[in-house]
Amino acid sequence: MVMAMPAARRAPPHPERWIRVTPQGLHVVPGDFHVDPVRPVERAVITHGHADHARPGHDKVLATPETLAIMAARYGDNAGAGRQALAYGERVTIGEVTVWLAPAGHVLGSAQAVLEWRGSRVVVSGDYKRRRDPTCPPFEPVPCDVFVTEATFGLPVFRHPDDAGEVAKLLHSLEVFPERSHVVGVYALGKAQRLIRLLREAGWERPIYVHGALQALCDLYEDLGVALGPLEPATAKAKAEMAGALVLAPPSAIADRWARRLSDPVTAMASGWMRVRQRAKQRGVELPLIISDHADWDELNRTLDEVGAPEVWVTHGNEEALVHHATERGFRARALSVVGLGEEDEQESWPPGEGSGERSEEGAGEEDGS
Amino acid sequence: MRAFAALLDRLVYTPQRNGKLRLIADYFRHAPDPDRGWALAALSDGLDFKGAKPALIRALVEERTDPVLFRWSYDYVGDLAETVALIWPERPGANRPPSLAEVVERLREAGRGEVPALLERWLDALEPTERWALLKLITGGLRVGVSARLAKTALAALGEHDAAEIEELWHGLEPPYEPLFAWLEGRGDKPELGDSAAFRPLMLATPLEESEVEALPFEDYLAEWKWDGIRVQLVSRGGETRLFSRTGDDIGGAFPDLLDAVGFEATLDGELLVLRHGPGEGEEVAPFNDLQQRLNRKTVTGKLLELYPAHLRLYDILFDGTEDLRGLPLLPRRERLEAFYERERPARMDLSPLVDFRSMDELKALREAARDNGIEGLMLKRKDSAYLAGRPKGPWYKWKRDPLLLDCVLMYAQRGHGKRSSFYSDYTFGAWTPEDELVPVGKAYFGFTDEELKRLDKWVRDHTTERFGPVRAVEPGLVLEVAFDAVQRSTRHKSGLAMRFPRVHRIRWDKPAHEADRLESLQALVEG
Repeated sequence: MVMAMPAARRAPPHPERWIRVTPQGLHVVPGDFHVDPVRPVERAVITHGHADHARPGHDKVLATPETLAIMAARYGDNAGAGRQALAYGERVTIGEVTVWLAPAGHVLGSAQAVLEWRGSRVVVSGDYKRRRDPTCPPFEPVPCDVFVTEATFGLPVFRHPDDAGEVAKLLHSLEVFPERSHVVGVYALGKAQRLIRLLREAGWERPIYVHGALQALCDLYEDLGVALGPLEPATAKAKAEMAGALVLAPPSAIADRWARRLSDPVTAMASGWMRVRQRAKQRGVELPLIISDHADWDELNRTLDEVGAPEVWVTHGNEEALVHHATERGFRARALSVVGLGEEDEQESWPPGEGSGERSEEGAGEEDGS
Repeated sequence: MRAFAALLDRLVYTPQRNGKLRLIADYFRHAPDPDRGWALAALSDGLDFKGAKPALIRALVEERTDPVLFRWSYDYVGDLAETVALIWPERPGANRPPSLAEVVERLREAGRGEVPALLERWLDALEPTERWALLKLITGGLRVGVSARLAKTALAALGEHDAAEIEELWHGLEPPYEPLFAWLEGRGDKPELGDSAAFRPLMLATPLEESEVEALPFEDYLAEWKWDGIRVQLVSRGGETRLFSRTGDDIGGAFPDLLDAVGFEATLDGELLVLRHGPGEGEEVAPFNDLQQRLNRKTVTGKLLELYPAHLRLYDILFDGTEDLRGLPLLPRRERLEAFYERERPARMDLSPLVDFRSMDELKALREAARDNGIEGLMLKRKDSAYLAGRPKGPWYKWKRDPLLLDCVLMYAQRGHGKRSSFYSDYTFGAWTPEDELVPVGKAYFGFTDEELKRLDKWVRDHTTERFGPVRAVEPGLVLEVAFDAVQRSTRHKSGLAMRFPRVHRIRWDKPAHEADRLESLQALVEG
């Protein structure tokens, strides 16, 4: 509530005074709630449905209707006791803090949390990208005092190519190897549905076969108005009939026993990590497709310019390079090292024991206030 | 450049030979001349550009990037060409991307001082994958797992020809090979093979199965020792001398000692060996390991020449001067070889002697006893056999001595590639030391059926003790009977030993691990 006259005369409070990193995550003190907390809390604002941001077991959850639906599909009764849906642009007041959500362009329902207190505005962007995504509305830059950003691909080697070219690579391979099936590793939430839409746009009208773990979220996207065309379970047909088939599966399944039912599969994987050959080779991927739901290096930096915040906090990913570069460019920048974010890969992609290596785990959330 | 870059990119990730063949053939079918000819040159013999060294590329990128960001990026990516390709900050402007042919032709003409500006302009105009391909191309290390032979095989598929035909023509042709493509596509005549030192496709032997031994009319065959070196073809013609591997790769650069010994015109078939002074009179064949020191090099140092002198043991003659002898039966060909040898007496060469025998039983006994250095078994060649390209069944047999066997304990299993990527199919096995520890002695990834592989894979998953990326350590509980051709000392392995050509002979599901063989048993088999 920004109304008391004396407050209007004072300079707005610096966000460091009212937002802190705790072991639970980002704590918004004057509203007493957390954004994307990694442990169960009383009140949570959730930016999007990926498991490292939307965890089960909170008492009260505020998120877009789509994110709430995704959480309900994943966690059932454990998705949060009290659920409050907030459409993009709608405002609500929690304690003394005004909260609204702006599209983040990451996956269906993904949002940036805009937080306002006494004339000071912080945007917690969660995960975001700047490319067109046929399954969700695009990222909207919101001017603010502090912009809180991810840096998953925060190194200048990560510059994602055009999606259409990557999809063309997949279709070309299906032409060169028509007798082989093609299995593409995709995250169950977001990447799967986006890739299906991109394939449909590129003219692939035949059924796309999906692993059981993707089915529920594909159904949910359909219910929420994202048409995906004909999908069939990957397990229903005989091996011989899978020649030339296009199959989507979670990354952990593509090179494991599950894939044996397919006809001599070409193993593909759709992820921003595929940009680096060593990463792709480690996983035994034969056809890396660089399709990412995160901003690449250029987009991270362009976003800082567009948002125009004088100060940038980096939550997860390759923080140090983005902080370094933003500082060189005149921003006040620092790493928050929020523990537990950026682990969607670990959960959805890397088999247990095959950690991805360079994820920042240090700097456990000590109080980082004044 | 785009199609070539896309090809290299796919090749890097495609483990299967057939997959690579299809990709290369698809490229040749769709890429224009002369791009595809230069691509063929790059994939087969390699292209050498002066003045485009890694240090230059590094200097170019450092001018344009923040050194801190570059360092972190290089640390992350781990490969210079790839890091530069990805990080390169293009200058906006109307840059026209160059074709592959343009890159090759400009670089060949350019003076050393012009290279940096050319490169910079191209890097600005290309996409990251194309930049990576450009940098790999000009620094001379494609490393996409394609041999010259494979590239030629893919090429042959264009016109449904045999790769052997292309091998024959190869050394008379120059990149970008436009007449060759024209012929393969039915648009032109077969290129003429001039008076050049051309590779002639080899005649290969098939293994003699135990079941075939009794029925073999041994009196129709000549026998020779099967030497444990590598099969080569030495060609001298029109003042040019070349040494080719079995598959037609020119390996002469690593064997100047042998090439210098040539003062004749002929095409000879023989075994490349390293000889060293024996305990008594004369010289004996050194272990294969010694020969390996000389292989896979473009050049060779004086020290290596001295330590591992090359030798050619001759067993056939294809051309004497320009006279083609390949149509003659083996016996008169052998006479011509002996006459050639008497006439020339070339240094660093000798004749592979014929092995005298009167019965199949005598031959069997000779084979069993063949445990000397450098002998792998016997070769049996029909006396009336003409020299035919390829591997015809019947005229020539190789009859290797029985392998050595050792019961080893499975220690680690690694995921395979391609079709086997969901299986733990590469096995590292060990033997017991006197202290009852297991030390690895070798690694094998074939010798079992698909059914056995399934069972092995399940066993590995059920008995895993640790995981390291694609590798699992397993508890010592499964005995593999491993077959191998020889064992040598090696500093690369903890056991100090290395098996040659190990494969799984039998899986001893029944045998307790503690009853497996001990390291001493393996040490006792070391040769040389």
